[in-house]
Amino acid sequence: MEIFYSILPDLIRMVVCAVCGAAIVFGNALVMGYAERKLAGHIMLRPGPMEVGFHGVYQLVVDGLKLMGKQLVVPKNADRPLFMLAPLLAFAPVFVPLLVIPFSDKIQGFDLDIGLLVILALASINLLAILIGGWSSNNKYSLFGAFRAVSQNVAYEIPMLLSLLSIIFMTNTFSLKGVVAAQSPVWFIVIQPLAFLIYLVAIVAETNRAPFDLPEAESELTAGFHTEYAGMSFSLFVLGEYANMFIVCSVATVFFLGGSSGIPLPYFEYSGIIWFLLKVYLLMFFLIWIRWTYPRTRFDQLMNFCWKYLIPFSLVNLIITVVMVKLL
Amino acid sequence: MKSYFSELFTGAWSLILGLKVTIKALFTPIVTCQYPREKLEITPNYRGHIDLVKFADTGTHKCITCGSCMRDCPSDCIVVDGEKREGVKGKALTVFTLDFTKCSLCGACVEVCPTKALDYSNEYELAGYAREDFHYDLLKRVEERE
Repeated sequence: MEIFYSILPDLIRMVVCAVCGAAIVFGNALVMGYAERKLAGHIMLRPGPMEVGFHGVYQLVVDGLKLMGKQLVVPKNADRPLFMLAPLLAFAPVFVPLLVIPFSDKIQGFDLDIGLLVILALASINLLAILIGGWSSNNKYSLFGAFRAVSQNVAYEIPMLLSLLSIIFMTNTFSLKGVVAAQSPVWFIVIQPLAFLIYLVAIVAETNRAPFDLPEAESELTAGFHTEYAGMSFSLFVLGEYANMFIVCSVATVFFLGGSSGIPLPYFEYSGIIWFLLKVYLLMFFLIWIRWTYPRTRFDQLMNFCWKYLIPFSLVNLIITVVMVKLL
Repeated sequence: MKSYFSELFTGAWSLILGLKVTIKALFTPIVTCQYPREKLEITPNYRGHIDLVKFADTGTHKCITCGSCMRDCPSDCIVVDGEKREGVKGKALTVFTLDFTKCSLCGACVEVCPTKALDYSNEYELAGYAREDFHYDLLKRVEERE
């Protein structure tokens, strides 16, 4: 019984963190789904969703209900267990990185010493889910989408990691709280603008969004890896994608935009989350903005851009950073 | 090596220009017309089905029941009939129907009308449940019109 009482606070903390994580994942998907469609509409001089509720605010709720009501169709000769596993694998790991993100000084699930590594490791599982989904669908478009996703994500993970690594060299810690604390006078976007730019390009490719949405290029591959998915199994992929966007934007906020720092508000240890979410959603707005601006790149252009520009530039940036850290 | 950097800068510049175009569009008023709730003004030149014109000076149409339109109609979709009434010069119009399901909108009736009593209407919401919905009684329409 004493053991129970000693682990009770941790237990409660875990439950609260899990509930908050789920709330963030679903709430974020609702907000982003609505914002994406509304902004896409206004960029094309259309109104976007207008029918359900005031200016269509309940559209995503209705869509979610519709998706839940749909039948899950498994294609003939598909690898059934893997086919059903893939959406779960795309969706389940997105909760864990939310636990280590410091939303404000006091609002954080667990401050791990290896916070960044946890995020990067679990973000890569999404790729495995895409590969499994594309492979098991028994559909050539799905398979091509999965192949593209793998080659693209493997290539773009390198500049992403290198640009984050140059920050790690400056802060000497993998703990996200430590990184935020290290940029109290100036944000790292001022010191490392090139790393920020490279990271920004890389996360567009990592989250498979336009102009790098080749894994789901609808004009060539129907819908890419999720061609055969319907109803909830499809929406789990979408939920996972939006949650991944939230996570990579949070990492960008923590590493380059000073986390929750900003103009002080009352109870700043908690209310810093306002600044944090503001920065995250500004980055998300930028991602939506470029999605509805640029046409999709060709696959060779995509790979050339990564190997010829992003990786050399991030390597040079890393070397310069290391030399400067050693000298100063 | 020179083209390596110049390509990078021209590419980046064009990307920034593209972002400028879309952010401008984002703050431009939308152009969609939410059709059933708001309607666009139809130009007076719109050629809908024919209608009898209501003249302001007489307060009614100017059809003299000559039957030119009926005879000229290549699709045989106009029926005109009149009767002789006391105190009225010429024949008074009693029937003027248009079978719009057969009309080809050629406009021969409007051209041939000696008193310019016919004109194109601005009707464009043409949906119905039966073909009889498109057998218009133009005489009734002109009397009901403001």
